[in-house]
Amino acid sequence: MLSYFIPLEWKAFLRSASFGKNLVIRLLMGFFVIYMLASLLMLGVGMYFIIQKAFPGVEPLQFLNGYLVYWVLFELLMRYFMQKLPVMNIKPFLTLPVSKNKMAHYVLAKSSFSYFNFIGLFAFLPFAVVLLAKGYSALNVLAWLSALVGVTLLINYLNFIVNKSDRAFIIIAMSIASIAGLDHFGILPIAECSRAIFHSLYTKPWLAIVPWLLAAGTYCLNFNFLRGNIFLDAGLKKKTKSAETSELGWTRRFGDMAPFLQMDLRLIWRNKRTKTQVFVSLAMVLYGLIFYTSAVYEEMFAMKVFVGIFITGIFLANFGQFIPAWDSEYYSMLMAQNIPLRQYLESKYLLIAISIAFMFVISIPYVYFGWHALWINLSTAVYNLGVNIPLILFFGGFNKKRIDLTKSPLGNMQGTSAVQFLVIIPLLGAPMIIFSLVNFLVSFNAAAIVLSTIGILALFFRNFFMEKITQLYRSKKYGMIAGFKQANN
Amino acid sequence: MIQIKNLSKVYAKQKVLDVAHLEIPSGQSFGLVGNNGAGKTTLFSLLLDLIRPTTGSISNNDEVVNKSEAWKSFTSSFIDESFLIGYLTPEEYFYFIGELRGENKADVDALLAQYEDFFHGEILGQKKYLRDLSKGNQKKAGIVASFIGKPKVVILDEPFANLDPTTQIRLKQIIKKLAEDHETTVLVSSHDLMHVTDVCERIVVLNKGEVVRDIQTTPETLRELESFFSRGEFVLEKLQ
Repeated sequence: MLSYFIPLEWKAFLRSASFGKNLVIRLLMGFFVIYMLASLLMLGVGMYFIIQKAFPGVEPLQFLNGYLVYWVLFELLMRYFMQKLPVMNIKPFLTLPVSKNKMAHYVLAKSSFSYFNFIGLFAFLPFAVVLLAKGYSALNVLAWLSALVGVTLLINYLNFIVNKSDRAFIIIAMSIASIAGLDHFGILPIAECSRAIFHSLYTKPWLAIVPWLLAAGTYCLNFNFLRGNIFLDAGLKKKTKSAETSELGWTRRFGDMAPFLQMDLRLIWRNKRTKTQVFVSLAMVLYGLIFYTSAVYEEMFAMKVFVGIFITGIFLANFGQFIPAWDSEYYSMLMAQNIPLRQYLESKYLLIAISIAFMFVISIPYVYFGWHALWINLSTAVYNLGVNIPLILFFGGFNKKRIDLTKSPLGNMQGTSAVQFLVIIPLLGAPMIIFSLVNFLVSFNAAAIVLSTIGILALFFRNFFMEKITQLYRSKKYGMIAGFKQANN
Repeated sequence: MIQIKNLSKVYAKQKVLDVAHLEIPSGQSFGLVGNNGAGKTTLFSLLLDLIRPTTGSISNNDEVVNKSEAWKSFTSSFIDESFLIGYLTPEEYFYFIGELRGENKADVDALLAQYEDFFHGEILGQKKYLRDLSKGNQKKAGIVASFIGKPKVVILDEPFANLDPTTQIRLKQIIKKLAEDHETTVLVSSHDLMHVTDVCERIVVLNKGEVVRDIQTTPETLRELESFFSRGEFVLEKLQ
């Protein structure tokens, strides 16, 4: 069995999309992965000493064990969103002489090598090494570590069972909240229980077998379910959601742009990647807290300008940078249709402008940190409106990479090229430099006024900019059509 | 209606299309046949200004297609599934196209009502997005969308492929009806010789990018085409 599957997996890996991408993106992704792993390793090594220093007199291993229950729940929650059993992979084997038992084992066994299973280990392994170095008993530490591997696998297989139901997510989320609450208000000593359970895995090494047995049990449950459902119309069926339609009648007030605006709203709402972006954008409004609550940035207005541009322009950057690639699947239709290109672009402009206004409104509570926060956010919003929208639309004219809307949003770099990295420099850098310069030379108020004035001036030239951008899109038309046709995964 | 002059398209030194002169009068039902790689889709893409011609030009109702965009208002087309917007329901898609072609909901609904038979109850009111429809049903939606807005020119690339027999027969009736009143110019390409000879008044055979036959359809046409495609005439031409 393995002799068939391993070479296939190897090819799948070598020929996967991430290998086909261009060098810059591969390097960046590689750098990101290494950075994450290094952070986890550092955390693992440092954890012992951090705990020792922050909570003197507490035994680090005991302390950690008290919180492992949260690790388990958080991992379940994270996997609920991100990890799915890759059942579609076995479809090509259905008509080949491979037994269904083998297929089911293959899918399940493969999932135990999923990278999710290594995230925790990258922290726990170095922690165990530190324990050994500190003179903990080798047998007990190894038993504890192997028990955690068992727990990881248990989480892995439990997730596939849980994943079948929509309610599971709510149950997990509620239990995290209630456990934290019970613990916090001292009603139930959750940390004590967690410590008792996980520490016994250390003190009684033979108990380490328990998580492995549980993992095996969930494996069998999964196997039985999967084995009975290897049919095209059962387990291997692509799930389709029934369409929810809404008239979006309120868009009528935008006149000629209404059909495009409706299309964009539906585009955003009915595709995972764009929908995720909306939520990410909304969550990013909290990003500024890092800077506003820290004394280090008290006088560093440049960073606060960065925050302002970032918060009010997050959707502008996220969504705008891939215009018009979002429409790549049917771009040739749009080009053959009776569509004035200018109107198409205007509707994108309108959508982004609305997002900037909205993000500014929900960023108003930052006024809590002083009026200057409001002024910064307002002037950056105006700057975004006047300068950055045309800028991002202009750079969009150089997009030629297809985006498949149906692909998962997780780590999806599809449609990314050097353009996306280049645009960051004028988008974020220019306002930061302008603001810092005027602030340094004149005053804070002058800087805010200059930034807003540039935005307003640019708004006066809006027509001119949009006309130029329309011309650019027109001249790039054939290249875009050809580029958007190419599958690039 | 459509005039093609010295049109050619070259990809990496390989000529995929070379049409010196071709004229399609207004109201004609025009069939394009040829084997894979003969240049049918290339010709249609050039007609819609989706690719740039290497030489020559096409004018559609006196509008040069890669100079002006005025032809777009009276030309509609369905080339393949990439002409559909996957995340819309068929109704939303039809209304969107209607909007672009200056028709309101009522107009579109009236048009759709005529194609109830053709849809066979599988398109409208299904609570499904276009991306979740079967290939055949996607095609039905795309073809009907190309009839919205009373276009003067309708371009359909391989409209019969992927359709079930009943739908194929119905589609033939629809195309015939479109061409009957000689107000709509219909351009159809196909691999199915029988279908094209059934619906088209004139048939042009493309081979390796060149026009090798240009015939008015008669009862003899199907046999002529069949013998043409089975005789291995291509091999002979290559030798010459």
